[in-house]
Amino acid sequence: MAKLRGMNERIQKLREISVNTPVHIDLERAKIETDFYKENDGKYSIPVMRAMTLKEYFSKKTLYLGDGELIVGEKGKDPQASPTFPELCCHSEEDMVVMSERELVSFKTTEEDRKLQREEIIPYWTGRSMREKLLSRMTPEWHDCYEAGMFTEFMEQRGPGHTCGGEQVFTTGYMEYKEKIKKTMDGLDYMNDPDAVDKCEELKAMDIACDAVIILGERYHSLALEMAEKEADETRKSELLQIAANLEVVPAHRPQTYWQAIQLYWFTHLAVTTELNPWDAFSPGRLDQHLYPYYERDVEAGILDDEKALELLECLWVKFYNQPAPVKVGITLKESATYTDFANINTGGVTPDGRNGVNNVSYLILDCMDEMKLVQPNSNVTISKKTPAKFLKRACEISRKGWGQPAFYNTEAQIMELVNAGKKLEDARRGGSSGCVETGAWGSEAYILTGYLNIPKVFQLTLFNGFDQYSGKQIGLKLGYAKDFKTYDELWDAFRKQLEYIVDVKIRGNNVIEKLYAKEMPAPCLSVVTNDCISNAKDYNAGGARYNTNYIQGVGIGTVTDCLTAVKYNVYDKKNFTMEELIDAMEHNYEGYDAIYRMVHDRTPKYGNDDDYADGIMQDVFELYRSTITGRPNMKGGKYGVDMLPTTCHVYFGDVILATPNGRKAHQPVSEGISPEKSADTNGPTAVIKSCSKMDHLATAGTLLNQKFTPDVVAGEEGLNNMASLIRSYFAMDGHHIQFNVVDRQTLINAQKHPEDYKDLIVRVAGYSDFFRNLDKPLQDEIINRTEQSFQ
Amino acid sequence: MKNITNIQKFSIHDGDGIRTTVFFKGCPLKCEWCHNPETQRFEREMQVDREKCTGCGTCQAVCPAGAVHMEDGQPVLDAAACTLCGKCVNFCPAGLREIVGQEYPVRELVRELMKDQMFYEESGGGVTFSGGEVMAMDMDFVLAVARELKKQGVTLTIDTCGYVPYERFQMLLPYVDTFLYDVKVMDPELHKKYIGTDNSLILDNLVRLARDGARIYIRIPTVKEVNGNEQNMRETIAFLQEYDIHPAQVNLLPYHDTGSGKYRKLDMEYKGTDLHAPEREEMEALAALFVDAGFKNTKIGG
Repeated sequence: MAKLRGMNERIQKLREISVNTPVHIDLERAKIETDFYKENDGKYSIPVMRAMTLKEYFSKKTLYLGDGELIVGEKGKDPQASPTFPELCCHSEEDMVVMSERELVSFKTTEEDRKLQREEIIPYWTGRSMREKLLSRMTPEWHDCYEAGMFTEFMEQRGPGHTCGGEQVFTTGYMEYKEKIKKTMDGLDYMNDPDAVDKCEELKAMDIACDAVIILGERYHSLALEMAEKEADETRKSELLQIAANLEVVPAHRPQTYWQAIQLYWFTHLAVTTELNPWDAFSPGRLDQHLYPYYERDVEAGILDDEKALELLECLWVKFYNQPAPVKVGITLKESATYTDFANINTGGVTPDGRNGVNNVSYLILDCMDEMKLVQPNSNVTISKKTPAKFLKRACEISRKGWGQPAFYNTEAQIMELVNAGKKLEDARRGGSSGCVETGAWGSEAYILTGYLNIPKVFQLTLFNGFDQYSGKQIGLKLGYAKDFKTYDELWDAFRKQLEYIVDVKIRGNNVIEKLYAKEMPAPCLSVVTNDCISNAKDYNAGGARYNTNYIQGVGIGTVTDCLTAVKYNVYDKKNFTMEELIDAMEHNYEGYDAIYRMVHDRTPKYGNDDDYADGIMQDVFELYRSTITGRPNMKGGKYGVDMLPTTCHVYFGDVILATPNGRKAHQPVSEGISPEKSADTNGPTAVIKSCSKMDHLATAGTLLNQKFTPDVVAGEEGLNNMASLIRSYFAMDGHHIQFNVVDRQTLINAQKHPEDYKDLIVRVAGYSDFFRNLDKPLQDEIINRTEQSFQ
Repeated sequence: MKNITNIQKFSIHDGDGIRTTVFFKGCPLKCEWCHNPETQRFEREMQVDREKCTGCGTCQAVCPAGAVHMEDGQPVLDAAACTLCGKCVNFCPAGLREIVGQEYPVRELVRELMKDQMFYEESGGGVTFSGGEVMAMDMDFVLAVARELKKQGVTLTIDTCGYVPYERFQMLLPYVDTFLYDVKVMDPELHKKYIGTDNSLILDNLVRLARDGARIYIRIPTVKEVNGNEQNMRETIAFLQEYDIHPAQVNLLPYHDTGSGKYRKLDMEYKGTDLHAPEREEMEALAALFVDAGFKNTKIGG
């Protein structure tokens, strides 16, 4: 194993360029696509047209091969360039100005960009973009709910995605995919299969997508040779020649070395993330296990050592960091305000036959994480009962440095969740979590996040006869006002009906969107690399993958639990005050209602304290949410499931809710993930973990738990052991995921006041880490206020 | 008496691993530097954060016993009339009132302590009885809880000041894994001055406990002005050596004044305002004395 030696000079330079280059809009893709569509739209089937667009872009795009790079390829013209996708969301000229000038998560646009957008992109795509198509087909109820912040819609600006590569992405060259495609094509039954003609078009498109990737490889091959010829420095010259030699093998053929395997992955990553703009980019999945055979072989052959292996990983890390998540606007920006694109790497876990999956590359990935300290890729570990203590403690050692990575996933829980959702055991073991915490059978599943659902707001509607105080509109069903519910059961029943109604509105919209994407926005390259799309001759967006799942992510379970508990405990059980008094206090944002505020805020059982009174209500809410959604059919022949995670949506969802019965004031964030409401947990981390473990994690596809520690809590060998014990205990109780922020409160307060002095401060936000300075104030406040788990 | 002031989960500085610490209310000693003044008296009592009180009078208005009246805009409690019903606690708009001390039935306390069993087992932790002085409590109660914990396989650590009849140690010994034993000051006169009694019973008990084979951590709350000097530590070492006591660990706990604010809330006076922790280097030098004398497992802090 490599001992920590810090980044070498090459990596330092590459990292510096990556971190210091401002994120900027790159319209080359949009321009090439628009020209291509103007000339060819209508001449080909839609799948073929999509594949040809990718091929056109890869044939014409500006290539970038930076000094010192060992892994090559960028989505745009250069690092931190962000291509746009007008076919999905065509930005207005105003959008172009706002995105450039906004303080946070900005994307620089030039006058020239705006002119191009105005004169060429907007005129062509207006009325043609998916955003316009799908919004125009939503019901009025959907629009009311969407605008009031009842739920968000993932496909409003980005394509379906959330996909993680399986081992094929590291073992299969694109010529091999082409052979597979040809075989399926040859087997089409044009006489008896009514879908054969459509299938043929899908397969043609997939074949063209393969050509696109191969062309990109060839162009980089020529470029590397050309640069080598001009290169005066002998060392760099030989590197360029080696890059060229690698490109003679990949992406067309299966890789022969560790280096080539990483390069192959990277080309696939670029292709999948530029053919469309899928959520959560694309992920290399179980990188350690996929790379290990190449590592072993190369080390044996004497052409690789740990230092070189680590350097190549670090080159890949730079590549991930070079690609900001494409620009978002409006509500979608609010739900996910970050450059992070959620490419997620899970290290550790088990092998497909169920053995401990930790190998030498796993430790190198930890070293890489530790040295690079980059918020992308989202680097995590998955801990099995079989994972060695040494690996867990090494991961804890990095995590306690306080910049949020790695987060910890529970391998056995991930497997059980997948098996519970109908996956074969072997496919489940190959799976894991991507994006934030969402579980999928990697390489074989399209598992699509469709949007967040604001559970506390559903309860708020319940108290006001379905009327939304925030938007001033009737959003929910008219089932009566709070005072009309004579018992807790009556209140609960109304809450249940409101939730079912809102979920129905959401799913009806989802169905339309899913059908639209299946028909109008196929993803041929993603289909090539996802198991069974080729053999089914069906696109990823149309249900071609082996497994197809949709998720609706529940947000605010901590808040809604405390709301229900506050009402049950104070109004129905203890009769401390009446419902009218409580509603009155809420309508005045608790101002002048100190006694009621104190009762609901401080003297009522709260979720997160291992108190069955509140935790029991959490279980009821969870079961209601789960059973309302899980198992419902989607449009791809698969089913719905639930995740409990927020990204940054809990801030937005809180902003659209006035004061709630638990003493949360108007517009304050709701609880994030399955963490307790802020300041509600006063019994320490073991109590939080116990409360959280009362949720049936195995019936979800992922939950997110944040724990913040001050450094003293986890200092020294004992602190490390305590951290490891907390993780093992939570996982023994089937917890899905836990992540740590290790900073003291004062540091955060100082960082808020003097962002310039804390440029490096990284915090765990939700399923990812970000620079504290990149977060807006409410989110910063929220992180500061998360209960500090420090004890004397 | 068997009142409990606090049940502290994820307690990581009072014994091994992840623990739950029970703070019992009532102590036979009165250390000047005591940072848990709420555990000195044995009885339940009302605690009020007077400095933040706005004098709104809600406590007076809601008190069913008429035990609160206002004087100069501040509530005054007639402790004899107060039934500790808790109504004023619930209704204080600023949340400044709190009843300190609660009795638990054995089963309920055990249930609470068992909640973190998973963490104890994973970390090698368990339950710690602290205080106050647990062995100054109703021993039937303490033994009943200790027995039940043993039955459930949870290890028990006793944090003690040592100032109780030895019979009480003997009664608990079969159920205890480790004793955290405070040895504060060796000079009996100084001991009397700062703690209110001499140290002969404490030292005798320590010798007997060691002879009875108990696993012991010696804990020395270290105060610069009292015992934080070379002489006291050398005397401590000499004592341990003379009586052949082999503690599993020695902890020098630097004094801190984080408890001083609690005195005012209880209408008590803090006498330790002139006390300080030794400097870091001094602490290290004191710890080195133990290490040099063969007590290799000596730590600064718990």
